Amino acid sequence: MIYSEKVLENFANPLNVGEIENADGIGEVGNEKCGDIMKMYLKIQNNIIEDVKFKTFGCGAAIATSSIATEMIKGKSIDQALKLTNKAVVEALDGLPAAKVHCSVLAEQAVKSAIADYYKRQGVDPVPIVGEIEDHCDGQCN
Amino acid sequence: MVYNIKVDYFSINIIKKAVIILKDINNIIYLDNAATTKLSPAVREAMEPYLDELYGNASSLYSLGRKSAAALENSRARIAEAIGADPREVYFTSGGSESDNWAIKGAKHLMEKQGKRHIISSVFEHHAVLNVLESLEKSGFEITYLPVYKNGVVEISDLEKAIRPDTGLVTIMYVNNEIGTIQPVTEIGGICRSRGILFHTDAVQAIGSVPVDVKAINADFLTLSGHKIHAMKGVGILYVNKRIRISPFIEGGAQESGLRAGTENIAGIVGLAEGVCRAVGGMEEKHARLMPLRDKIYREIMKMERVHLNGELERRVPCCLNFSFEGVEGEALLLQLDLAGICCSSGSACTSGSLDPSHVLLSLGLPHEIAHGSLRISMSEYTTEAEIDRFLEVLPGVVDKLRKMSPLWENIIKNS
Repeated sequence: MIYSEKVLENFANPLNVGEIENADGIGEVGNEKCGDIMKMYLKIQNNIIEDVKFKTFGCGAAIATSSIATEMIKGKSIDQALKLTNKAVVEALDGLPAAKVHCSVLAEQAVKSAIADYYKRQGVDPVPIVGEIEDHCDGQCN
Repeated sequence: MVYNIKVDYFSINIIKKAVIILKDINNIIYLDNAATTKLSPAVREAMEPYLDELYGNASSLYSLGRKSAAALENSRARIAEAIGADPREVYFTSGGSESDNWAIKGAKHLMEKQGKRHIISSVFEHHAVLNVLESLEKSGFEITYLPVYKNGVVEISDLEKAIRPDTGLVTIMYVNNEIGTIQPVTEIGGICRSRGILFHTDAVQAIGSVPVDVKAINADFLTLSGHKIHAMKGVGILYVNKRIRISPFIEGGAQESGLRAGTENIAGIVGLAEGVCRAVGGMEEKHARLMPLRDKIYREIMKMERVHLNGELERRVPCCLNFSFEGVEGEALLLQLDLAGICCSSGSACTSGSLDPSHVLLSLGLPHEIAHGSLRISMSEYTTEAEIDRFLEVLPGVVDKLRKMSPLWENIIKNS
């Protein structure tokens, strides 16, 4: 299992680490049993993601995908952010080892989960817009 | 004298890069000696003639071949003496996994002849043992896996309770590879011998750290590997007690008494013999030097917040420690250490290639989230105090950095 330079770079110097006080949307996916938790904070104004931060417990790929995914949605509209796919995250990192692709899914879901939370806070049902959040990690590793 | 040397920008850059790479390699702090070790200069020197002019096939009759055959038998005798065996009891293999496979599959044939179908092992064996046992289970054998509890050591009373009239083999490792705890193999071997049960032990991590004497531990089969003791990868031995007629593992030529065919890796075997003799001869000195370092690591790491030693400290080899850091994932931890030029390993799921953390850590009863945050530090005779000091200087900052970005750590602190 070899990481690309891009993954290592994003792991060594992750961008957008931290929390946002009074965030407009917070999403958390994964669980501790599986060894990956991603928490994403969004500051949204006029449908634009003005700021995004993350906190991640997880492996090198989990941290790298969090870093690149937050970078990819920063300054974008909600619609554009919802179009972020795990495939795009993998491509932006010049690939991920097969065993680590689930980390990119987690990053995509973390973004969606934070946007869903934003809609909920606005009193809007997020499901028709964001869809169901597929949390691939059900805590049953076997 | 005036030298007129033209150095262009391009060559300067190449030289600079080469210097940086050399510097990087020289600055590596290697604390993953349970994974593999560097070749010792003495082993290299012993091997060199056989990589060079003495390339004969040990089965050839002319003098070049006879020299290889002599080196082969001399190596066998040296290893036998080092572990208290007869040279006829030492078979060369490709390493630990092959030896474990051969011992268990060989024992299976012997058990079938005796009508025995029950094997006892432990839950935290190496996969070279566990996966073979799993396939035996599919062909109708019953396996009892002894627990190892929080301290990482099997209990003799559990072994005694597990023995049945049809128990034909006990296979329990001498020293665990992930946590370094020492198993009571002398007692286990004694019980097996008195009950007529075959006993195999994987001593790959034991040799050079604890005494390995096949007679003292009543072993019927014992596994050793070269690359854990500063010899080559791809070479090891299986000790087989001479009262046992083991079935062939590789069929073909007459090598290794016709039991393990294939032209012998003479250079690797000569290096292995040198490695085994150095490991056994240097054990006390290594012990005396590494014990204070091990205790220093333990003392300093335990000062950190929410950290656990995996397995007990007492019955443990001097070279290996395994900790779990709450709120941190092990692979991220070892990648961070790598950025500082330090090599360690982890039993987290992310490093095992599966979704589960290592079976060894789970066998200690650790919850998944704590097993995910594990770090193994394994030293060798080449580890220096300066290297340990540097490691202990870097580690707290790295753990702190990862905890600061960990939502799990945030929850742990909030709920405490």
